[in-house]
Amino acid sequence: MLSHLSLYEQAIFVLAALLLYTCFSLLAHTRLLDLIRAFAWQGVLLAATCALVAWVLEQPHLYISAILTLSLKGFLIPFALHRLVIKLKLQHTVEKVSSPTTVLLSGVGLVIFSYYVALPIEQLSTEITRNVIAISLAMVLLGMLLLISRSQAVSQVVGFMAVENGLFFAAVVSTYGMPMVVELGVAFDVLVAMVLFGVFFFQIKDNLDSLDVDQMNRLSEVDE
Amino acid sequence: MNDLTWVLGLPLFGTLLLALLRNHRVAGWLNVIISAMTLLASFLLALTVLDQNRLFFFNNLFFLDAFNVYLTVLTAFVGTTTAVFSRPYMAHEVEIGRVGMRRMRIYHSMYQFFLFAMLLALTSNNLGLLWVAMEAATLATVLLVSLYRTPESIEAAWKYFILCGVGIAQALFGTVLLYFAAFHVIPVSHNALLWSELQQYAGQLNPTVTSLAFVFLLIGYGTKVGLAPLHNWLPDAHSEGPTPMSAVLSGLLLNVALYALIRVKIIVDGSLETNIAGYLMMFFGLLSFVMASFFLHSRRNIKRMFSYSSIEHMGLMTFGFGMGTPLAVFAALLHMTVHSLTKSAIFVTVGHACQIAGTQSIEHIRGLIKTQPSVGWGLLIGTAAIAGFPPFGVFTSEFLLLTATINTWPWLSVILLTSLAVAFAGLFRNIQPMVFGEQPAQQVAVQANMLPVVIHLLLVLSLGLVIPEFLANWFNQVTLLITGSGLL
Repeated sequence: MLSHLSLYEQAIFVLAALLLYTCFSLLAHTRLLDLIRAFAWQGVLLAATCALVAWVLEQPHLYISAILTLSLKGFLIPFALHRLVIKLKLQHTVEKVSSPTTVLLSGVGLVIFSYYVALPIEQLSTEITRNVIAISLAMVLLGMLLLISRSQAVSQVVGFMAVENGLFFAAVVSTYGMPMVVELGVAFDVLVAMVLFGVFFFQIKDNLDSLDVDQMNRLSEVDE
Repeated sequence: MNDLTWVLGLPLFGTLLLALLRNHRVAGWLNVIISAMTLLASFLLALTVLDQNRLFFFNNLFFLDAFNVYLTVLTAFVGTTTAVFSRPYMAHEVEIGRVGMRRMRIYHSMYQFFLFAMLLALTSNNLGLLWVAMEAATLATVLLVSLYRTPESIEAAWKYFILCGVGIAQALFGTVLLYFAAFHVIPVSHNALLWSELQQYAGQLNPTVTSLAFVFLLIGYGTKVGLAPLHNWLPDAHSEGPTPMSAVLSGLLLNVALYALIRVKIIVDGSLETNIAGYLMMFFGLLSFVMASFFLHSRRNIKRMFSYSSIEHMGLMTFGFGMGTPLAVFAALLHMTVHSLTKSAIFVTVGHACQIAGTQSIEHIRGLIKTQPSVGWGLLIGTAAIAGFPPFGVFTSEFLLLTATINTWPWLSVILLTSLAVAFAGLFRNIQPMVFGEQPAQQVAVQANMLPVVIHLLLVLSLGLVIPEFLANWFNQVTLLITGSGLL
């Protein structure tokens, strides 16, 4: 059934499926170090996709993006998060997710919804871009689901970065990346955001004695 | 070297210089001087654009037209007057020990970086770069919101960071989709994110993709505009950060986010047959407007109250731009200007009022007019202006918006009028005791610089009486750009 697809397209589909899988594994992991490891894998897969597009479609500027992604999302950010977790002594924390099954099932629902949204693009484009847009949209939504279902600051940051990964995937495959100036700017913003997050971890820890963001409730409107 | 290099280069230089400078008093002065020089450069830039329709810089990466040039001047202007206010204000905060020397360096440096990011967003022709600049402005303000390091400010900054970060990521997805739509249409794909190119080829963009893109862009930039239901970060960030930051946040950042939204609306409108983008903006604008006017009443923190007032006015502008008739757009543009002038003046006064009373709680701020008449009157007149009293400029723009509504959607004018009245009552029931109430014992005046307030309110007053010809001309050109037909 897939025989009409070229090898390149098949490879992209495999990578897209793996990326989607990492999104679900992010949702499923409750230990912070496992979560960070899954996130690092996602970064590596993204860099691989980027390099593949660069190689097959001869888009040399994508090699730079691939290297940026690999070093930033594959190594630097996961490594920094890992160190922060160890430093803040959170490696043994198991996060309480109120009902993991519901979260995973709503994740499935989000993927179906993404396909439903991306279908109208059908008239315009090839099978591959349609699927890629659907999967990247799903990645964005799953990242947001991770954000709202977790209360640890570290997992929220991973969710934040996973949303960014989804965007990047869409840009790489459907439009062969963004113009260089934009890509460098986005990478810069992500890097600065990561540094800021690191600073915040310590401030939150100082104030709350843990990184459980749910304990932040001083500004609620009711008892203002 | 052209004028734009100066406009963007000066604040960037200021960021680096003030990050290295240890003496916070000198830094306060330098902050004023650099902002004033940026203002001068932006004036010169405006003069060059005055008689030209559109001006491109650096390989089309930046451009100026009637729409962004007046916002550039406005940004540099409010940036300067707020810097004038911030110098004695922050010195007082250092004296009472709320911030240390190291954090003052962060403060001044980020103040300049924030100005830089906003000016970059305004002048960028590339929609991707516009996004990068908006995100950079968010990051700079996150640092400013958490400046006091109290549990509340950390919480506010975290909420702001996560909500705006995720919100604005949606805008990037929208931008990617827009790029995707333009990728196959615009001959040089390298240029496919340039706004001027997108506008030219808007008619050929795939409507399904552009409407999908607009939804994401609306969520993304709408979060930053403070549109309901994603407005939660705004009152927190305003109330917990230092007051000069609240002034620039309300007066400028919200404007820039709305500016971004309108830029993409022009493209989407060009690609779609229907006015779906406009309807969406009308709905969310009106929702924010109505919700915020009711929320004004029960606030106990004065800065939170005025941040709800900002949500209210941003909602009104979004509604006006969404309506899309020449009159409505003209009125919304005027409203953008007078709102940012009035609101930054109010936050400056509120900053002094909080320093007099030593708290932000409305219940405990009393008798301002006896303790320090200039602050009391400033707050009273500022509130009168923002509530839409004639002869201030806010009255003019609100009146025009109301007229436009009656012309097109008569039954919506009922909602508008009711909410305006509700907001008016909400503001005055809180302001009246603060200004005229019984003054607490041992309340003393603080060193206040009311010059920015006077200048802003005079400008708003004069805009209410007569709009200068060049400004009306710019507004008219923008109206022409957005709606296809001018008003004048």
